[in-house]
Amino acid sequence: MSRTRTPVVTGWFGGEGDDFRLLGTRCSACAAVFFPREDVLCRDPACPGGELTEVPLSRRGRVWSYSDSRYRPPPPYVSDPELVWSPYALAAVELEAEGIVVLGQTVPGVTVADLAVGMEMEVVPGVLNEDTETVWTTWHWRPTGVTA
Amino acid sequence: MTGDVAVLGAGMHPWGKWGRGFVEYGTVAARAALADAGVEWRDVGSIVGADTVRGGYPGYVAGATFAKALGWQGARVTSVYAACASGAQAVDAARAQILSGIADVVLVVGADAAPKGFFRPAGGDRADDPDWLRFRVLGATNPTYFGLYARRRMAVHGDTPEDFARVKVKNSALGALNPNARYRRRVTAEEVAASPVVADPLRLLDICATSDGAAALVLSSMTFARRHGVLDPVRICAVSTVTPRYPSTVLDLPDIATDSSAGAEPPAGTFRASITRAAYEEAGVGPEDLSLAEVYDLSTALELQWYEDLGLCGDGEAAKLLSEGATAPGGRVPVNVSGGLASFGEAVPAQALAQVCELTWQLRGTAGDRQVAGARVGITANQGLFGHGSSVIAVR
Repeated sequence: MSRTRTPVVTGWFGGEGDDFRLLGTRCSACAAVFFPREDVLCRDPACPGGELTEVPLSRRGRVWSYSDSRYRPPPPYVSDPELVWSPYALAAVELEAEGIVVLGQTVPGVTVADLAVGMEMEVVPGVLNEDTETVWTTWHWRPTGVTA
Repeated sequence: MTGDVAVLGAGMHPWGKWGRGFVEYGTVAARAALADAGVEWRDVGSIVGADTVRGGYPGYVAGATFAKALGWQGARVTSVYAACASGAQAVDAARAQILSGIADVVLVVGADAAPKGFFRPAGGDRADDPDWLRFRVLGATNPTYFGLYARRRMAVHGDTPEDFARVKVKNSALGALNPNARYRRRVTAEEVAASPVVADPLRLLDICATSDGAAALVLSSMTFARRHGVLDPVRICAVSTVTPRYPSTVLDLPDIATDSSAGAEPPAGTFRASITRAAYEEAGVGPEDLSLAEVYDLSTALELQWYEDLGLCGDGEAAKLLSEGATAPGGRVPVNVSGGLASFGEAVPAQALAQVCELTWQLRGTAGDRQVAGARVGITANQGLFGHGSSVIAVR
């Protein structure tokens, strides 16, 4: 039986291959962009309040900062306690057009030694974890010029 | 400027991993503060508890929990939660009651019993909770965020891991002098460098532990203090609990992204700087007036950040200030003479109160081997999850 691919959070990203994007919302009144998405109210206190419509975020940005997790994070992060913990890197990437910094895991194989503040990154589809029925999908940051 | 309130008493239960409950720790600290104040519990008109999220229901109603443990005597009760700023918000609530005439004497208590390892979110599947999401989607623990801030400082200001280690060396030497600290051993730069990396670029000895501990204060009106025979008490003259301003463009715990600056101009200065600025304005003092500061060194790198946010130096100059010795004992503004979180580990609702306890002892001139000579003005600074932060200024 094939497992279903399910986003770890509904409505935060979508699209396949080169069309994969993080999905936010934009306020029609003040042009603010929200990620994670706001679907009810604009959070700009000076905004009279507009329509919030879904908008794909820029595919590329630059590293604001980065770190990693050398120890196994606690639940609800899912990891197999039977396996030796393998650290992964996290990058906070600044999207210029939106004026927003978005945190994400980097693609597997990229470590902090491969990263630098200011480096160009692009968002790509990734897998967070798998269980017997489901492949939980997410977004990953990947240095541009690197192919999977 | 608002009116002052007097600090009549300060007390703590030592920090550590004692394996007992937060109620016991809080009661010990409360009794110590009452004894220090020379005030009987039955004469306290109001009790304010700083909540813990780790003690079940009693932790969410900490004020009543401590009141019952000390013995119900009819006092007005308040319980507050504000993440790491809970203790300062409890002080703020007590102060408002005193200044408005609702209460003459208020007991403020915060206590925690911390689990081993990383702090984690409450259980259940809660996809609308940013704190749950950051763990589920990213595995982003608190030290991961500290690592992001530290790396950013290295890239923007040229700070080095050796600069960060110097903060630990300074604070551990001070913690060694503090009987309430959990870690009372001096640590060398070599030991910091040899400790394992937890969240690059930070190592185990760069990051504060999570601890059991409790702190309490007895606050009163200035009139009550004088009637009580305390003519020159330590006075709290500012409590800042301001929130961020939109758009907040620094990635804060527990967020996965910042606000967008596409639709609105970001405010001048960071949230952290606005916390201390509000305290300075309320007290009518500035960084040049400070005798000492107690800051929230969740990591060594964050202590450096606070130097700049307190206005002790310009942006990017914190490592230089540290290496010149300005923030060490005998320097211009000694920082974390208590030993800081580096020596205590964090007992969340007690920590901001512990900062005020240290100011109280320093301003009274009773801090023993840690005493800052001639201390007159002290400030605390703290930041926590969900847009919380605090700064308290005390004078004598």
